[in-house]
Amino acid sequence: MPEKEVRLMDEMDIQRSIARLAHEIIERNRGVDHLGIVGIRSRGVHVAERIAKQMSEIVGRELTTGVLDVTMYRDDFRTRKVGPGMQVTEIPFDIDGCTVLLVDDVLYTGRTSRAALDALMAYGRPSRVQLAVLVDRGHRELPIKADFVGKNIPTSSSENVQVHMKEMDGSDEVVLMRGGRAND
Amino acid sequence: MALKSTHLLGLRDVPAEDITAILDSAVAFKEILSRPVPKVPTLRHVTVVNAFFENSTRTRISFELAEKRLSADVVNFSASASSVNKGETLIDTIRNLEAMKIDLVVMRHPLPGAPNLLAKYCDSKVINAGDGSHEHPTQALLDMMTLREVYGDFNKLRVTLVGDISHSRVALSNIFGLTTMGAQVAVCGPPTLIPRDIEHLGVKVYHDLDEAIAKSDVLNVLRIQLERQDSGLFPSKREYHQTFGVTSERLAASNKPLTILHPGPINRGLELDGDVADGPHSVILQQVTNGVAVRMAILYLIAGGEK
Repeated sequence: MPEKEVRLMDEMDIQRSIARLAHEIIERNRGVDHLGIVGIRSRGVHVAERIAKQMSEIVGRELTTGVLDVTMYRDDFRTRKVGPGMQVTEIPFDIDGCTVLLVDDVLYTGRTSRAALDALMAYGRPSRVQLAVLVDRGHRELPIKADFVGKNIPTSSSENVQVHMKEMDGSDEVVLMRGGRAND
Repeated sequence: MALKSTHLLGLRDVPAEDITAILDSAVAFKEILSRPVPKVPTLRHVTVVNAFFENSTRTRISFELAEKRLSADVVNFSASASSVNKGETLIDTIRNLEAMKIDLVVMRHPLPGAPNLLAKYCDSKVINAGDGSHEHPTQALLDMMTLREVYGDFNKLRVTLVGDISHSRVALSNIFGLTTMGAQVAVCGPPTLIPRDIEHLGVKVYHDLDEAIAKSDVLNVLRIQLERQDSGLFPSKREYHQTFGVTSERLAASNKPLTILHPGPINRGLELDGDVADGPHSVILQQVTNGVAVRMAILYLIAGGEK
């Protein structure tokens, strides 16, 4: 089936969503003390960096972000034909007793978030973990819910939502692909 | 990013992209080793047999740790305590293990080519942990990982292997791997310990250690096996040390510091002096740490590929 693209968010839409997410996160946590932001590879890292930048501007101090590679914790390693590329995880702060905000681009089945929770626990015992995503497209297969959502996009499971980030893809947009490969 | 290679039998036929994939992944696995919980659940479904038909402490422990850090089930098997003593053939031994549902065999064997035989007749994936004087690919890969940490890449890097080249599986795997990655490899030792026509593998030969030091960035000093001194290949330990021993006096003659590798165990005062082994340019313990990371990467990539 030929792929058909529909653009759901453009650069300004993404920027507005991220600005709102930043405010919501600060409001819900009553500031940014004891808050650590961790992006899930690969595009979650860029979403996390943008949210952190926005939050830094609001609170007037620099917030750093960590990077989490969840490859080793995925539940589909056994059935995947191709061994996925493993990249370095960097968490530049002690997560013990902190609130950790996990950030991803798309929330779909919840399996990546589940893997991220396991991966995170190898670094310590956060007092609380929150999840922020740019897009929630539904179809959860596990009891996982995001605390902060940029945009809810109802989809069918034959569709694929792709977030494009300037840093990796050259442009900022969210597109819906019909008949494409499903989200991981 | 799956490997082209199904097994890891030696580095002779491993393409540069596979070596790069292993070394890149190993960087990420090294970080896992520094976590508060240095263990990931990835290979929970994999059973590994470490079949050691020859003594080994470091390599076996390094493999076993790598397997356990990846949550694989591990069975150890050593020749002295096995049915090999009762006359069973290698293929029968492994087929019996396979009948108990194993996935991967890590094998050390005194006969060159034993892992290739295994790969041909058994269904499991095979990782060579040293076969006689043939190859020791994981050692060469951990040497290469260590060199990449120091220099960034291998382009034009001048690496000289010093010592008993003829009987060294470490030397052969290093020659194959490093030349594939674009390094300039040389060997240095007495003519009795260097195979004839080794130049055909694309390496330079030095018989003068001072000349080799002047023309190298890295010395990988190989272990002199003490049992060889009775074979007449070199006159005495004392004379070997005088001619080919790596000492701080010799290295001082070079205008730049050389990085010193050694696969262990070291004969201090024979092939390598203690002050060099413990000196600022020795990366010997870094090699040991990297050994676990590189073996994790290999296990992960080999187990993740198709059978």
